[in-house]
Amino acid sequence: MPDGLVLDGVGVRYGGVIALHDVSLSVEPGVTVGLIGPNGAGKTTLINATTGIVAPSTGTIALGGRRLDGLPPNRIARAGIARTYQNIRLFGALDVRTNLAAGAFARPGRPSDDDARALLARAGIAHLALDSPAAALPYGDQRRLEIARALAARPTILMLDEPAAGMNPTETGRLVETIKAIARDGIGILLIEHDMTLVRAACDRVVVLNFGQVLARGTPAEIARDPAVVEAYLGSAEDIA
Amino acid sequence: MNVLVDFFAHHSRLFDQIGINALLALSLSVSLQAGQLALCQAGLAGIAAYTSAILSVQFGWPLPASILAAIVAAVLVASLLAYPVRKLRGIFLAIATVGFGEIVRALANNLPITGGAEGLSGIPNDVTTPIIYGSLAFVAVALVLLARTKFALAVALTREDDAAARGVGVDVGMVRFASLALGGAIAGLAGALYAHAFFFLAPGDFGFGRMEQILVWCVIGGVTSPVGAVAGAAFLSVLPELIRKLADFSEITNGLILLIVILFAPGGFAGLWRRRPRAAPDA
Repeated sequence: MPDGLVLDGVGVRYGGVIALHDVSLSVEPGVTVGLIGPNGAGKTTLINATTGIVAPSTGTIALGGRRLDGLPPNRIARAGIARTYQNIRLFGALDVRTNLAAGAFARPGRPSDDDARALLARAGIAHLALDSPAAALPYGDQRRLEIARALAARPTILMLDEPAAGMNPTETGRLVETIKAIARDGIGILLIEHDMTLVRAACDRVVVLNFGQVLARGTPAEIARDPAVVEAYLGSAEDIA
Repeated sequence: MNVLVDFFAHHSRLFDQIGINALLALSLSVSLQAGQLALCQAGLAGIAAYTSAILSVQFGWPLPASILAAIVAAVLVASLLAYPVRKLRGIFLAIATVGFGEIVRALANNLPITGGAEGLSGIPNDVTTPIIYGSLAFVAVALVLLARTKFALAVALTREDDAAARGVGVDVGMVRFASLALGGAIAGLAGALYAHAFFFLAPGDFGFGRMEQILVWCVIGGVTSPVGAVAGAAFLSVLPELIRKLADFSEITNGLILLIVILFAPGGFAGLWRRRPRAAPDA
């Protein structure tokens, strides 16, 4: 699948700590891949390696056949990979319109107000005023504005880092519809999420990470039945509950 | 009649000083807008002042050529300085750039060509008030035009969150470099004008005291507002003239004003006239 994102044998080391080891996965356009695993399994490290925040120490990362590993984050963003952040990183002092213009920074021109409203509608926040400061928005709207900002780049691949964090079940249900609609537009999505309801509803495939390595991969239904996954991830979560 | 002539003679120097101070405030403002607390603009202005003065006095260069050469020198030095400090942020960048300013002052104090501690005199007094305000207008128009470009968006994004700015494709390193170089150009212009308007240079003219003044102008004007920076520079340049008794205590009054602004109007002048509208409640 040369037109998607392909990670092949990717490893990341922080000093002596191996955060990721020999991870391979691919995300094709229009497909949603879930990335799950216990805390510290390397999920966010995988996004950081793909977006150039950390350099992979081994392996290759390519988008549409073009090598991305080793490029700085701004070049990777221009190549067509957009992301949201686990801890929201909007440009808080700037208004909604400017945040969307920021998302489209690598594209020629600036989005018109109609473009901006269309982006907000796709992210499910059509009611937002373009001139309200991003930091003044309710939490859930901020999470969705990050998605709208990422969509403004017209990415090939969208990486969502725990988009449902802090959302209630109703909001999470609406988020599933938003994610499915984005995938239908032909964007490949890599979704990091702890909420298994969301993963089952939104993802075509799931990759499970544990201690920086791929523990299992398959459809959401297969993953939910996998004994190794249940022990490493779902089981431990129930122990806490 | 004599009184009137005295008035103009006295105040034309004040107007000259205000115009040059406004340029110095803009040179720092350019850096602050990109989120860089780089305190090297006084040093860069000093380099430009000495460059244009020496070219005029020793080599007989005409005014426009010596000003241009001084700007080029300031931009070159700013570009060279940008490399070693490229990874420094916040207070660390401030300390490193203050150190640079001290190097410039120490060189001016000790090199034979600068006249050392006795200063450099005999500079042609060929910069007039219209030249200073023409230069200020030119820089202001250039900055207004720049504010409409994508570069200005990149600057604002770098200031707000440099990691998120990289994530949307901004070359943050280039933004930081360009804002230092542009600030260097404006500081260089200000320094060259100063040398020819006041026709005497001493090593302390562009030392840490001047740098601290420039920072105070920008802070009381509003850290990210160029208009505020100019207003802050004008206000604190005029104040000691309006209240003569304060002139001897200008460092104390400046400090008090700075404290009052930081405590009660952290957005500076710009924050006072641009109160953020409260977000409308969701329908």
